[in-house]
Amino acid sequence: MSEERKFRWIGTRPIRHDGLDKVTGRANFGADFSLPGMLHGRVLRSPHAHARIVSIDTRPALALEGVKAVLVGADLPDIPSQIGSGGEQQVDFRDLSHNVLARDKVLYDGHALAAVAATSPRIAAEALERIVVEYQVLPHVLTVDEAMAPGAPILHEDMFTKGIEPTPSEPSNVAGRVELGHGDPEQGFADADVILEREFTTQTVHQGYIEPHAVVARAGEDGQCMVWCCTQGAFMVRAYCAKLLGLDVSQIKVIPSEIGGGFGGKTTVYLEPLALLLSRKSGRPVKMVMDRGEVFRASGPTSGARVRVKLGAKRDGTFTGADVSLYYDAGAFKGSPVMAGGMTILAPYKIPHVKIECFDVVVNKPKVAAYRAPGAPISAFGGESLIDELADELGMDPIELRMKNAVSEGTKAVYGPKFRRIGFEETLEALRSHPHYSAPLGPNQGRGVAAGFWFNGGMQSSASVNVNEDGTAVVISGCPDIGGSRASLALMAAEELQIPVERIRPVVGDTETVGYNDLTGGSRVTFATGMAVIQAAQDVVAQLRKRAAKIWEVELDGVRWEDGRAICTNGNGETPEPLTIRDLARRAARTGGPIAGTASLTARGIGPSFGAHICDVEVDRETGRVSVVRYTAVQDAGKAIHPSYVEGQMQGGAAQGIGWALNEAYLYDENGRLENPGFLDYRIPVASDLPMIDTVIVEVANPMHPYGVRGVGETPIVPPLAAVANAVRHATGVRFCDLPLSPPRVLEGIEAAR
Amino acid sequence: MATVVFSRGLQQYTAGTERLEVEPGTVRDVIAQVLARFPALENRLDSGTAVSIDGEIINEPLLERVGPTSELHFLPSISGG
Amino acid sequence: MSRIHVETTINGEPAEFLCEPHQTLLEVLRDELGLTGTKEGCGTGDCGACTVSLDGRLVCSCLVLGAEATGRSLGTIEGVAQDERLHPVQQKFLEHAALQCGVCTPGFIVAAKDLLERNSDPSEEETRYWLAGNLCRCTGYDKIIRAVLDAAAELRGESA
Repeated sequence: MSEERKFRWIGTRPIRHDGLDKVTGRANFGADFSLPGMLHGRVLRSPHAHARIVSIDTRPALALEGVKAVLVGADLPDIPSQIGSGGEQQVDFRDLSHNVLARDKVLYDGHALAAVAATSPRIAAEALERIVVEYQVLPHVLTVDEAMAPGAPILHEDMFTKGIEPTPSEPSNVAGRVELGHGDPEQGFADADVILEREFTTQTVHQGYIEPHAVVARAGEDGQCMVWCCTQGAFMVRAYCAKLLGLDVSQIKVIPSEIGGGFGGKTTVYLEPLALLLSRKSGRPVKMVMDRGEVFRASGPTSGARVRVKLGAKRDGTFTGADVSLYYDAGAFKGSPVMAGGMTILAPYKIPHVKIECFDVVVNKPKVAAYRAPGAPISAFGGESLIDELADELGMDPIELRMKNAVSEGTKAVYGPKFRRIGFEETLEALRSHPHYSAPLGPNQGRGVAAGFWFNGGMQSSASVNVNEDGTAVVISGCPDIGGSRASLALMAAEELQIPVERIRPVVGDTETVGYNDLTGGSRVTFATGMAVIQAAQDVVAQLRKRAAKIWEVELDGVRWEDGRAICTNGNGETPEPLTIRDLARRAARTGGPIAGTASLTARGIGPSFGAHICDVEVDRETGRVSVVRYTAVQDAGKAIHPSYVEGQMQGGAAQGIGWALNEAYLYDENGRLENPGFLDYRIPVASDLPMIDTVIVEVANPMHPYGVRGVGETPIVPPLAAVANAVRHATGVRFCDLPLSPPRVLEGIEAAR
Repeated sequence: MATVVFSRGLQQYTAGTERLEVEPGTVRDVIAQVLARFPALENRLDSGTAVSIDGEIINEPLLERVGPTSELHFLPSISGG
Repeated sequence: MSRIHVETTINGEPAEFLCEPHQTLLEVLRDELGLTGTKEGCGTGDCGACTVSLDGRLVCSCLVLGAEATGRSLGTIEGVAQDERLHPVQQKFLEHAALQCGVCTPGFIVAAKDLLERNSDPSEEETRYWLAGNLCRCTGYDKIIRAVLDAAAELRGESA
């Protein structure tokens, strides 16, 4: 549809419009906002992994001078268990309410059970210490294995496993079971010459955004509320707070601040409903900010998991069948991303017979939240590691083996539908021909490759393009900018209006200044909000042409828009001078009024993005330390609107995946308390851990999008876990199936193999 | 006739039937036909279900049109991060 | 509790404030002086988002007490640009797209500026180790390092 189009602005690398504020410290993030008379809120959190709340006495806290309001679970309305959609995801609002403030049980170390608002942070902290809580400590479970063991302590007495026939009569910690796939795996394995099976485990890891959750809320005397917070979705915050507090969405205005990282972890609410309620109770604005320990203890990490994969293939490498079982922990309330894990594992490959079983299991850890391609990195770790083993077994090059089975247009996906135009083969080609792949390796070094896939998202977006009197334009959208998307939206508007991108001002509105937008996430903003911006800009161009036609007194079809000017193509014998956007803007009042375009849509035509990475590691055989010495990421972006930010997504996702593979994990003591809720011991990659990360952007246009765009943000985190593990295998000869590959584990593995 | 394809998981409720031909219409019409044929699927296709129509995944599908040669799959609703 | 009166110099200008004994320099900068460019990422000196210079030395302001600023000279992100001219480190961050969410950026810029004042030609490795105390979760550090090395080249009078 757009393969031959020559772009003027798309694909260039202008400096982002909000960049100046960010390099000078002027940009306002969640905690940078204050209101006069503001109180400071703090949350009391459970020190137990699993306990009944026998009693809470908040009177001593209220008696402390400076304390203006106190909340406990009973202050939140009771709502029935109902699955709603609010932004992008399915949410059980009762579970959400119970996570925001516990009711009769606390279910993890860090679970909120009370909140206070006081005139200073210090008084708020002291007030927490005065709240008297009597707990009845219960035994706890921290892994899927523990949770599913016979006789395991039950978190929810009303949880009966869904998806098992007949429905069990005893409660369990398995929230649900879903089966995916097609064909008959027995047949698939009968057709195989080689069958491999392995089990893999991954640990709980956190999104690790540098900015802690922060909110300032004010409940007005007239019931109108204002919330300033760092979030991936202002409309989501509005909807969730309304639901949790029994308000109408029209009573809540949410202003999204600049956001210091999200990666999915800010697609839900924690503090916002509490701050609103405290404000209502105290009659003053309330500011609440999590400290780093709270972020780790009480905001959603992603699942720990067990992954069992069995794969059969012919001697020539053709995959014949697969059988997969996925057990993901959801934290304390149901809803892990196990199904996405099931739909993405082996999704890049043609497999005629496949069965995938997905189990969603609750454990005494914080409720999981989305983390960049939720579910997919975990299952890909298993699938891509096993494919590497298969390549070894068959004596085939690992990229060659993937090429042989690669999905392409028309292939039936593992999760059912047939793929439309996709770029997996092209991505593998680019990987194979990259100089990294044939570079020599040194002693104790090894190379691993892995591929990955994410569906990407569409959903609802609204945007407006308003032309100023001087011919510049403001583009208003409603998706918080977490990675530079404003720059891409400005490029798209510039391309449609055909004016320099410097004359476009992109802004992110709040819930009262822009139409509804689903949240930022799911790799959807450049795609879906971009589509809305394109349509709004096209609407503006149509209006500009009409204005020119009016001025020239010609038919509309006698006006062409080119290079930011209206050109008269049928002037009834005359050739008037072209009218620039500035000329037309100046005369707007005379020709019909302000010139503005708007678009609201549910984006269709989502195109998935495939990626493939190469990782070189060096293993220190004395300490077990694994260093990444070279890394290359290749990905199909459809069309890179602003290549620097596409590269940034690829590099950032790869870095997170490397941390997940090598160092990151939640560590618990025997009481189920998190031992490393801080950046010292929850070790994310630092600058000295990583090499430069080379990137190659492949562009196989998504035929359903006017510019060919595919989302890119999430796919990059899917390949690295296996890419690193495969590299370590080739460096040491040892196959590691349990993450993270921390030095003690690697050392143990090397020594056991001697 | 449009075709509905059932995954292995849903085949538990369709007595092993993988493909069902249906009259074209909206997704809502198609679901009605599916439930008429396989009542056991009642409550298995809930609000958390998305569909893909001819390879395109759609999250709020009920009013989408399924054409005379379309292929429809039921999928779990997936969210990103 | 009586507050301490502190007189200090911030970004070359005299400044004074009142603070409680337990308040950190980070809290004072943000909550008493309205200088919110310096960020809190962890409060325990592990992430570098609160990096400032204190008498020419980089510190995590969350690990310094407000009262310790008495009579000393502080440099924060707000003072890096001079008279509406961006420092080359800031300019290169923009050109190289070395920021995505931007919350770690102030800390990196203060730290990188300090590096380049001590070492006009750092290697990639030296740069990575100097900045190892500044965490970034968005970028994977690649473009940050390129920006700093490019800023070094510019300061040396070479064009990259």
